[in-house]
Amino acid sequence: MTRATDRRMPISVGVLALMALGALVIPWFAGHDPNGIEDVLARRLVPPFSVDGRGSWHLLGTDAFGRDVHLRLWLAARVSLGVGVTGALLAGLLGIGLGALAAWREGITERVIVGASDALLAIPRLVLLLVAAALWGPGLPVVIVVLALTGWMAVMRLVRVDVARLRRQGFVEAGQALGVPSTRVLWRHVLPNAMGSAVVAITLGVANAMLLESGLSFLGLGIQPPAASWGNMIASGRDWLLVAPWIALAPGVFLLVTVMACTVIGDALTDERR
Amino acid sequence: MRRLSIRLLDAIVLLWLVVTLTFVLLHGAPGDPASLLVAPSATAAEIAQTRARLGLDAPLPVQYARWIGTVLQGELGVSLATSRSVRTVVDEAIPVSVGLGAVSLCLSLLVGGALGAWQALRASRSRDLMLTLVNTAAVATPSFWLALSLVVVSTSGAALLGLPAWLRLPAFGMSTPAGAPAGWDGITDLARHAVLPVLVLTIPGAAGVARFARQAISEARRAPHVAAATARGLPRGRIELRYILRLALPPLVVLVGLMLPGIIAGSVFVEQVFAWPGMGRLLLSAIAARDYPVVLAVTLLYGAAVILCNLAADLLTIWLDPVQRHRHAAAGTP
Repeated sequence: MTRATDRRMPISVGVLALMALGALVIPWFAGHDPNGIEDVLARRLVPPFSVDGRGSWHLLGTDAFGRDVHLRLWLAARVSLGVGVTGALLAGLLGIGLGALAAWREGITERVIVGASDALLAIPRLVLLLVAAALWGPGLPVVIVVLALTGWMAVMRLVRVDVARLRRQGFVEAGQALGVPSTRVLWRHVLPNAMGSAVVAITLGVANAMLLESGLSFLGLGIQPPAASWGNMIASGRDWLLVAPWIALAPGVFLLVTVMACTVIGDALTDERR
Repeated sequence: MRRLSIRLLDAIVLLWLVVTLTFVLLHGAPGDPASLLVAPSATAAEIAQTRARLGLDAPLPVQYARWIGTVLQGELGVSLATSRSVRTVVDEAIPVSVGLGAVSLCLSLLVGGALGAWQALRASRSRDLMLTLVNTAAVATPSFWLALSLVVVSTSGAALLGLPAWLRLPAFGMSTPAGAPAGWDGITDLARHAVLPVLVLTIPGAAGVARFARQAISEARRAPHVAAATARGLPRGRIELRYILRLALPPLVVLVGLMLPGIIAGSVFVEQVFAWPGMGRLLLSAIAARDYPVVLAVTLLYGAAVILCNLAADLLTIWLDPVQRHRHAAAGTP
């Protein structure tokens, strides 16, 4: 397994790096706003690898408003990658903080945190996201905040177990006996040792967050058009599915590749720790 | 028995937490269901009147107590948007979602379990790697996109490739629009309509099970008693069945409990894309209409399903694991 492990890590990281680079650079090179609509009749529903009525060539065709699908995909990559990474990182930080707090304080604090986590885990995360996003008004900030508030439980559980195990170990007791302040022991000596499993969970969290964001946007409760996200691009192609399938199918391929890269990185990290 | 009652009590407390959380989330949100129910030209007084009629003007603790009281009586209240009993609305939706979910769950376990076992026990390295890649891709596939892709393949794709008519599957609804034919034809009609939704839920589900099963079985295979059984010269099939798969069973049972939220989430998209009138669609329309009692009821039922499933998986694991079973039997617990 080692050789495969060695190879899948650089490949996935490379894919993600290319994605991020493309998202940053390609819309910038376009020279015009990929969301801008002009001369709809001449440009709309052009199939992939074809020239439209005004003589421009489109790699992945155009949508119902005559916008280039390929360019919008990279614009959407900014949103989807950004929301996925930010949401998962915030959720991870929250999980690390709460997990450390629960294991360090024990008693009532721990019971409250564990109870909240169990309750949140009992409701499917999508349902929580749907209710929150729909009621608090769809949009970028709400999606990120809700992703963070509903995604911390897995990280919290892992960190809590690790911190609880570590605090009984010699070097922690030694530190406390030497009079090192409790927060410093936690911060400098316990948490760095409890990071490994949290990092794996956060990596998988990115994949999950991107899937959820796209799902919300697909249902019209996430990123709102004209801003592009892979999810709302798929939704916009739904009405043209049989006439112009590329509008709905192309964003899914991007989403699939990105989510898969994150999952494979998470798997590789897990195997390394085993 | 005491352990069991503690577990049950835990489950009930958890369910109460879920309901309270949803209640707070709903009623803490901006927006007013009453203003959605009246005519756009309604005056403030008319909106206030509607609010009073629906009981939405009472202080939150009172509304909360009313809702808990209703649930304790085994009722779920009245829908704000349609004035129908939520029990009736939910009773219509449950069979659709449960049927869809149960069939997909069983297929996922069968297909995924067999695939994972084959990968761990019999597959060559290259095939194992290839299948692992396929499984990872399937797990990473967004279900709504998979649904739309399958629609393309089974309609215009099938026509393009000139596939026989019986392979061109209906892409929307539960039955043909002219009304479901009676008897045997009705069942085949439903089955044909169910193929795509079930596939959309089963493909990622089975891939997830396969990933997990492969891991669990590979680990079980390395257990010392398996090496001992091999050394004694027991036949391979017997070792695999009695020593390896038996050992890998408890973690797989836990997985069933963990899979349920994913199946529920997937069914929300599937019901939306394929226009199946189940719980997921009910939830989406209720959220859009700010129909608080319906949203609360659906969340309550989802929460109850997840909690019960986890509880059942826990108990089944104890029963399946001889060490734990004997320990519990000695302590006089299940």
